[in-house]
Amino acid sequence: MMGELPYLAVVALIGIGLYITLFKKNLIKLAMGITLIESGVNLFLISLAFRAGDEMAAPVFTLQLLGDKTYSLPTPHALTLTSIVIGVATTALLLAFIMQVHRKHGITTTEDLRRLKG
Amino acid sequence: MKAMSPIVRTMTGLLFAPIFLFGAYIILHGHLTPGGGFQGGAIIATGMALFLVAFGSERWRKKLLSILESTGLMAFVSIGFLGIVGGLFLYNFLAGTGSPIFGQEIAGMAGYAHPNSAPLLSSGTVALLNMFVGLEVVSGLTLIVVTLGLFAFSGKEDD
Amino acid sequence: MSFYDSFIETAPALLVAIPLLVAFMTPIMSKISSSLRKVWNILGILIVSAVMLVLGFEVLSGGGAVSSVYVFGGREGSLFPLAGGNIARISFYVDGMSAFMGLLMTVVAFGSLIYSLSFMKRYTGLDKYYTLLFLMLAANLGMVFTGDLFNLFVWFEISSVAICALTAFRTERGESFEGAIKYLVYSTIAGLVLLFAIGILYGQYGHLNIVYLSKAIGGHSEMLVMDKLVLGILVTVFALKAGSVPMHMATPDAYSEAPAPITAMMVTASQAGLYALFRSVFTLYGANIQITQATVHTAGWVVVILGILAMFVGVTMALVQKDIKRLMAYHAISQTGYMLLGVGVGMAVYNTPEFLEFGRVAMSGGIFHIFNHALYKGLLFLTAGAIIYKAGTRDLNKMGGLGREMWLTAIFFVIGALAISGVPPMNGFSSKLLIYESVFKFNPIIGAIAMLVSLLTLASFVKVFYSAFMGPRNKEMKRGEVPTTMLLGMALLGSVILVFSLLPGLVVRTLVDPAVNALTGIEGTTGTSLTLFTGEGSWNAIVLLGAFAVALVVGLLIRSMGHKGTTPKGEGAKPYLFGNPTEVDGKPLTVTGSNLYWGFTKALSRYYRPTEGAHSGLLNEYIFYLIASMVIVMAVMVFL
Repeated sequence: MMGELPYLAVVALIGIGLYITLFKKNLIKLAMGITLIESGVNLFLISLAFRAGDEMAAPVFTLQLLGDKTYSLPTPHALTLTSIVIGVATTALLLAFIMQVHRKHGITTTEDLRRLKG
Repeated sequence: MKAMSPIVRTMTGLLFAPIFLFGAYIILHGHLTPGGGFQGGAIIATGMALFLVAFGSERWRKKLLSILESTGLMAFVSIGFLGIVGGLFLYNFLAGTGSPIFGQEIAGMAGYAHPNSAPLLSSGTVALLNMFVGLEVVSGLTLIVVTLGLFAFSGKEDD
Repeated sequence: MSFYDSFIETAPALLVAIPLLVAFMTPIMSKISSSLRKVWNILGILIVSAVMLVLGFEVLSGGGAVSSVYVFGGREGSLFPLAGGNIARISFYVDGMSAFMGLLMTVVAFGSLIYSLSFMKRYTGLDKYYTLLFLMLAANLGMVFTGDLFNLFVWFEISSVAICALTAFRTERGESFEGAIKYLVYSTIAGLVLLFAIGILYGQYGHLNIVYLSKAIGGHSEMLVMDKLVLGILVTVFALKAGSVPMHMATPDAYSEAPAPITAMMVTASQAGLYALFRSVFTLYGANIQITQATVHTAGWVVVILGILAMFVGVTMALVQKDIKRLMAYHAISQTGYMLLGVGVGMAVYNTPEFLEFGRVAMSGGIFHIFNHALYKGLLFLTAGAIIYKAGTRDLNKMGGLGREMWLTAIFFVIGALAISGVPPMNGFSSKLLIYESVFKFNPIIGAIAMLVSLLTLASFVKVFYSAFMGPRNKEMKRGEVPTTMLLGMALLGSVILVFSLLPGLVVRTLVDPAVNALTGIEGTTGTSLTLFTGEGSWNAIVLLGAFAVALVVGLLIRSMGHKGTTPKGEGAKPYLFGNPTEVDGKPLTVTGSNLYWGFTKALSRYYRPTEGAHSGLLNEYIFYLIASMVIVMAVMVFL
């Protein structure tokens, strides 16, 4: 049961994020929703890294000296790190755009962001 | 954006050194312990953000930051190109050569107390790449924070 | 190992590394002087093109099998599975399909860069523009070369970020931020879902390498539900990147707001999405085809239906647009439908006798259309940029009469418009012919829809030509032709189109057949040097041009037999408009572009009202369409 807890958190994070992106019209909230989905996906990747077992796959034995064979795969950590970096870039870009439309045109919600349509 | 009260400024000055030291440690030990260029760079950039909040955003030299950022990236790609000397792009041409720049050989894991420990000067180009990534991330993230800060608080356009 | 061999081995990495180096050096060069930056950028694109040409020649002349494997940070052959089966290194694979896409991207990037030199002259911050341009090129090339799923995600995101930053480059227009926000939100959510799917595959099999994953996926006695779900996600996400309906909502916004040369490159970026879609179905899920056959066929039908939707909705929405770039953006969506349709038919009959009968021809048509589309759509976006450059407006109703002085641009526009509408003997016709004939055998109704869409495409380009180049001149527009480097960029793409129109068989034999072989692993040819075989008949542009020439001579002969020297007099000299007045307030009566197809849209108002309503511009609704179509595709993949 304890092993599944992170996955429940993943579902909760992605679910809340999707709810925000679907129903909240404030642009900053939209950006927050995307960040929440991103955290959920990152948590999912990190949770995948913890395996029990003896397969030797370039593991990082965090608790080996204590006799615990649980190990952590390094690859998902590298993946998560990369996706965090990408997330920083996209979030910064998105926030910069939102600030620009707010400053130049006073737009704060998706309702007002509708000049391109049809 | 104006500077904050003297209390905040003094505390920032005191805190900045440990933050910087910790970030530098994470960068320099990236090939041995969890961490690396991005993590350490992000830590130092938090310190920079603290500076920005405490001292205001008037005297930041964005040109210098963007040059540092380009330098970090360029050095990264250049090390990749140097790898062609060893045969392939990004080839680790320094590892195990015994050169003083991160070239120390790792003589098996037997002599070390902890399974993940190794000499600091091992790993070849990985440590160098970490450093340049660290430089890039520090300047890049600081640039982002400074630009957004300038823009949000003083309404100054990008120059 | 000779120098040439090691060069070929390193080339895939160089093709990503050189654009990155050029990109990061550009701001520094720009600090020194702007002419140094120009020289640096031109030098960079020349080197990239040269490396790509050599690599492409090597791979394609070898018949399309994987000719260059590059493992980052390791020596040859060091792609070792560690004990436990985890592969730690990122590797690049270049086979016929990747080389084909890479060649296309470099050609279009070359044309765009030359065109940008004068088109973007009046803007500041050009160092950032060129940095992002090269970053986008590197990301697109990385996306088609990589053999690692996570690396694919990374390039996908870099490409999106570069595209969005470039879309918002013209900060004086508020709409450009709007387009950039929409595209960024859309592609970020899609990218995160893609990462989730990659995570599922990694958790299941412990691999990220496509070759190893493909062996593992069919390794059970029957398909796992999880794998089917993942395929559903992959299909939806890459269809979004390609701009397929109903996940296309942000695509026209970004296409129409980006500077024209960037839009031309965005077309190739969206085709990298198509590439990833085909790659994931054929290579990732098609390796153990006996097990995965049913799933691949379902995916094929999904892709066919997405293709039909994209074709039809794209072209009908294009017909009612007033903004010239938005109109062309909808056409890009519509043409993407042809590629999805062609290759989707190939997927839907993969590994059955029908595949050899018509499926392979359909795939050749679809992939050949990728090639043609990148060229003529690139050309059309560049001409649209030239029109806007001189007209000062993008509203079709406000421009007119540009053809008198911009006759060179008009010629390039006609070349592009004829090619996109599939008028023989242009290259668009060759690929569409392959699609028509094979899809007709697959399902006659779908074949008929494909032809109808071509007709509507021609109609809407008639509208653009009529509005922009004909009619009375608008006094406010600038005079004269566009600068030479802009003409050079257009001439490069235009002449390539003309040459390849005459030699469709050659292109198919040297570029498309290796690509299809690489995807399907089934050898075959659909063309000789001049003639194209569709399975049903053949097509030769030279023969058709000969017939045209004969008809022209006969027509001129008949004309020369007529009376000479008669000039029309009286009522006969006036234009005739079915009894309507030809002048209003002393000015000649003109019909504006958006009124040209008034009757058509009026008759179809029952279709147009909900469709235009769906493109509401509301970001939340757009995200809903994305999530809903993803859920539907996943359900179809699992339950059918």
